[in-house]
Amino acid sequence: MKISGADLFVKALMEEKVDILFAYPGGQAIELFNALYGVESIKVILSRHEQGLVHAADGYARSTGRVGVCLVTSGPGATNLVTGIATANYDSVPLVCFTGQVPTYLIGNDAFQEVDIVGIVRSISKYAITVRNREDLGTIIKKAFYVAKSGKPGVVVVDLPKDIQQKLGSDLYPEQVEIRGYKPNTAVHSEQIRKALDCLNASRKPIFLLGGGVNISRANKEMTLLAEKTGIPVITTIMGKGSIPTNHPLYVGNLGIHGSYAANNAINECDVLFSIGVRFNDRITGKISEFAKHATIIHIDIDPASISRNIVVDIPIVADARNAIGALLDKSISLDIEDWKEQISSWKQLHPHDRSQNSVSGVTPQAIIHEINALFDNVIITTDVGQNQLWTTQFLEITETKQMLTSGGLGTMGYGFPAAMGAKLGNPKTDVISICGDGGMQMNIQEMATAIVHELPIIICILNNGYLGNVRQWQEMFFSKRYSSTCMKRRESCPVICNTPSEDCPAYTPDFIRLAESYGAKGIRVQRVEDIKPALLEAKAAIKNPTVIEFIIEREENVWPIVPPGNSLADMIVGGENRNAEQKVD
Amino acid sequence: MQNKRWISLFVENEVGVLARISGLFSGKSYNLNSLTAGTTEDATISRMTISLTSDDQTFEQIKKQLNRSIEVIKVIDFSETDIHMKELMFVKICNCTGEDMMEINCIIDALNLELIDSNTHTALLECVQTENKNNDLIDLLVKNFGGRVEIIRGGSVAIEVIK
Repeated sequence: MKISGADLFVKALMEEKVDILFAYPGGQAIELFNALYGVESIKVILSRHEQGLVHAADGYARSTGRVGVCLVTSGPGATNLVTGIATANYDSVPLVCFTGQVPTYLIGNDAFQEVDIVGIVRSISKYAITVRNREDLGTIIKKAFYVAKSGKPGVVVVDLPKDIQQKLGSDLYPEQVEIRGYKPNTAVHSEQIRKALDCLNASRKPIFLLGGGVNISRANKEMTLLAEKTGIPVITTIMGKGSIPTNHPLYVGNLGIHGSYAANNAINECDVLFSIGVRFNDRITGKISEFAKHATIIHIDIDPASISRNIVVDIPIVADARNAIGALLDKSISLDIEDWKEQISSWKQLHPHDRSQNSVSGVTPQAIIHEINALFDNVIITTDVGQNQLWTTQFLEITETKQMLTSGGLGTMGYGFPAAMGAKLGNPKTDVISICGDGGMQMNIQEMATAIVHELPIIICILNNGYLGNVRQWQEMFFSKRYSSTCMKRRESCPVICNTPSEDCPAYTPDFIRLAESYGAKGIRVQRVEDIKPALLEAKAAIKNPTVIEFIIEREENVWPIVPPGNSLADMIVGGENRNAEQKVD
Repeated sequence: MQNKRWISLFVENEVGVLARISGLFSGKSYNLNSLTAGTTEDATISRMTISLTSDDQTFEQIKKQLNRSIEVIKVIDFSETDIHMKELMFVKICNCTGEDMMEINCIIDALNLELIDSNTHTALLECVQTENKNNDLIDLLVKNFGGRVEIIRGGSVAIEVIK
């Protein structure tokens, strides 16, 4: 039977069991939206800005493990996806993004709303292609879904010219595709596993370093078993947080420039660094020549290009994390590392994360996150980017029933709130909290309307310090407190030079409470520590509507510890209340 | 150590593949010396010959990154392989005197080049040689006919020797 390209598009989505489509219409996508009209099995989420929908698709994909699917029009619709595509691709999130395009006979003519989106996303996607023949459409869509979710997952962009959408052609949607240049390797090389085991068995100070790959392959249960079987302490990157429950006795903490004292020290001292699903980016290594310099490094990753790129690896294992962990579980491992574990415990006690901020009382980020830990058992938490993200990755407790979504690679402000919408849509029975700053929340605040119309009872926790806090902290520490363009309260009436926030500062705009109310959401402002819990409980009880809780926190609150740029992980500034502890030790 | 390397690449012959490969080099700051591309006996496959300069670690990374591209079917490292390699180069020399023409003819005979077009004061040479020999030839011609030489090079193509 002959059907239009648009009808085949809808058929393909149904075959791929797409239940939610994140979409925004426009002139060159109108045929596709027409074909979607009234289709019951695909719920179309109309965002208020394309960036909102692509982050939402990302949140849906990360939280469910399924492919997130977007549909936008050509030109500005497509370019508005760019940041979200880079965000998702950087963190290996499977997305398929369909973009409308001007008809093939107009491509290259500077037609209205024409951009070369395939050219634009080439370096930030896993694969991108314009469909040029109607007969290729089915195969290309099949290929898009396969490429997005297999191997190291990523973003695929399929550009659909209008005449392809209209043209009649075959209604066949293939069951599988063969791509001769793409054969992701997931099997484990047993000889490499044996080498890794020999290395482990001879070690006295081994450590696991787990990255996002463990979470992506959903190997959390197996990884917890492996840690318990070997007794080896576990350190994570922020993307790997939750690889094993954070309240597990073997869990040490995050490493990196805002990592815990114990984790960073353990990396420096370990003799075997057993890393899984990490890419050793600059945020975790600090000064690269000093990183784990005493250690033999084992690295399991599904992406051969991640191995020995930043850090030279001694024993590389190209494999899916879950398969590799499974293979290790089958082997016998016996270690005598009690001294080492005691050493790590003493580091943990010396500088616990719990005291790593300036303020010790009041509405502190730590008090808020601890309350979230206590009140929510079955929850997905998204962070935005900046201090809110760093505090969350430090203090948040993650167990089998708790998940954290964060833009770790690209560090995209404005990610958290729309990602929370996607997570809620994919997990309607789970509580979803977005922890963000006052800056990032304003980057996609228009999605409040989307959350309202789709009745998403998300809890939006804005940590409002009136600053772009992370940059401000750097300015405080490394730029002589020159607060250049980081004050969100700043107005024309302010002095040109100002680094002393006070009661006299101009009022914050917007008023987040009234803003929430104008959308039809609930708004709660929290200024006293005793109000944290009631506010969260009230938000938790909401059934239909989002709740905005604005926490007014100390304006110049900092994230501690910090490894200054260019330093080794050993040279961290502990900061906060721990500064006193440091002195006592000396 | 920075060394000259050669890669032979089989890629899907589809729109944008050249941009994908060259974009990978520019985007990741890899040093690309030359890149040639053409279809093979199978019209769905293009074959590229890439010459680049890099250290060992970067070169490993370049091969991995190329392999990672969905459009890339096969990456062959020619750096340590015996290969046949030739580059096409045209050289036009203008404002020649009779004496110049005689000298050019001598060079053509000595280096086995071909004079493919000429008039009384202009010569057009076709040089199919290795890249290094073409480099030497350019040095010689620039020295002798400086300012009157126009050069166009095609980049190298390479294939394994028959064992």
